[in-house]
Amino acid sequence: MSGYVLQRLLQAALVMVAMSAIVFVGVYAIGNPVDIVIPPEATQDIRAATIARLGLDLPLWQQYLIFVRNLFDGDLGRSFIYNEPVLSLIAGRLPATLELVLLSVLSATVFGIALGVYAGYRPDSVLAKAIMAVSVLGFSVPTFWIGLILILTFAVNLGWLPAGGRGQTVDLLGVAWSFPTLDGLKHLVLPAVNLALFKFAMMIRLARAGTREVMLSDTIKFARAAGIRESTILRRHLLKLISIPIITVFGLELGSTLAFAVVTETIFSWPGVGKLIIDSIAVLDRPVMVAYLLLTTLLFVIINLTVDLLFALIDPRIRARGAA
Amino acid sequence: MSAPVSPLARFWAEFRRSPVAVAALLVVVVTSLLAIFAPWVAPQDPYDLTTLSLLDARREPGFVGSGGYAHLLGTDPQGRDLLSAILYGMRISLQIGLAAGTVALFLGTTIGILAAYARGWVETVLMRIVDLQLSFPAILLALVLVALLGQGKAQLITALVAAQYAYFARTAYGAATAERRKDYVEAALATPLSGRRVAFFHLLPNCLPPLIVVATVQIANSISLEATLSFLGLGLPVTEPSLGMLISNGFPYMMSGRYWISVYPGIALIVLIVAINLVGDRVRDQFNPRLRR
Repeated sequence: MSGYVLQRLLQAALVMVAMSAIVFVGVYAIGNPVDIVIPPEATQDIRAATIARLGLDLPLWQQYLIFVRNLFDGDLGRSFIYNEPVLSLIAGRLPATLELVLLSVLSATVFGIALGVYAGYRPDSVLAKAIMAVSVLGFSVPTFWIGLILILTFAVNLGWLPAGGRGQTVDLLGVAWSFPTLDGLKHLVLPAVNLALFKFAMMIRLARAGTREVMLSDTIKFARAAGIRESTILRRHLLKLISIPIITVFGLELGSTLAFAVVTETIFSWPGVGKLIIDSIAVLDRPVMVAYLLLTTLLFVIINLTVDLLFALIDPRIRARGAA
Repeated sequence: MSAPVSPLARFWAEFRRSPVAVAALLVVVVTSLLAIFAPWVAPQDPYDLTTLSLLDARREPGFVGSGGYAHLLGTDPQGRDLLSAILYGMRISLQIGLAAGTVALFLGTTIGILAAYARGWVETVLMRIVDLQLSFPAILLALVLVALLGQGKAQLITALVAAQYAYFARTAYGAATAERRKDYVEAALATPLSGRRVAFFHLLPNCLPPLIVVATVQIANSISLEATLSFLGLGLPVTEPSLGMLISNGFPYMMSGRYWISVYPGIALIVLIVAINLVGDRVRDQFNPRLRR
């Protein structure tokens, strides 16, 4: 087991080193931030001083080494545009993204499982067919388009909900949150529904497939033969049996929802990390781009590593393969 | 003994039995033809600035503009006939989707077959990279690449290919490793034919069915991804308005109730994507031996 863990840890470290080099070189190959940071009417002296201050006069490999050394001090550089340390910039935007992503994934899971179990339990009912139709739409229709339709319907035509922004926020533990206030919650609904729809469709499919399989199994037959009530069977036995693949996907999807938040945040002007990266790409704010990409990579590497190690813990065959 | 039936004819006979799939295929064919012949079908050339008038801008569907004909789907902020803009936009979206899908198919298949055939360290390195890529969401990869490469058709296609080839490589690799163990491959290898010939002329044709299925799904995905990137302002330059960009252009006017500028291009996009996916679903079911009776 320890051999397998070591091997996976080494692999993860290798990925991080490779990605940091690729991202750094890639981001630095595009455009010239000097033209954006320094006004055209600046004197030659100011220009030279700014370039030297940002370290842009050094060769690329030296810039990279400085970047890596600073990385270990927890310094990801300063944004060219906001003139603020990138880390605090991202940390300031993170709560907005987190509350959006968590609310979406949680509600998608709860409602998705409920509807999916129903669709699997009564596969021939009209409601089950309607549920499956919704899930097909949730899969094929692009997220940004659903966002537009939500705004058009609920914000423009019906006027029930706001079209963008975070609304009123409350400070908890020194961070601003939208969900505790009614106004904030109203602002949260549409983007959360938008972001949740794809996961919702997926959860329905997973739960339905699992339910159809489990309902035919001996476990359920014997539980019925023992005279246990149908609702108890569903709650106690079925949910437990279908939960394993769902938990796996839940973990993996947490990461990809974070990536999709880029689209939703842009549509609903939600001031989170996703909106920050799109804005940074538009103005070539290199340090922010590099930091965002590296942090996202790190997040995915950690998620994948955790999933792999959890599987190894459950499945002895994987452990054996790693040791050989 | 009955006359031999070609595999294609047999495939079509089975495909025809699903009315939904046939309808979807019809939609795909009709939209593709409309897109290809857009210059002849569309009431207006949306790139020809001399035919545009700002007086016609943002008019409702059915408005009769300075051209003397009714704009069935209304006009956009530049005074373009929206129906024409959609037909031309569909051309660009389909072009990008097909180009990215085809290149990804070739690249991914080559990598997958190569890995399955070569084995050893080539297999380990190639498939490790592919697996790594599959663990990241495609939209994130495409976003990063478009940001790094800049705007333009070639750059966008490169980004889409890079984000999607891994699916083909995985599929080709899986099919090829299963096929490789079969006797006909061993027999072919026993002849003086070169290993590369065996891999690409004997092994590859037998790996095609799952690849065709992935290809249909990935073309729909490319179109959707391209639209998303263009909507975010990271896709094509403004001179080449795809469906995604048309939707993006209309977005600011949505708040003032001018819904048609965004909604109609969006409906065109969704009909196209859903139709391709339905065709893909049917093809997958037909290739699935477990569903065969």
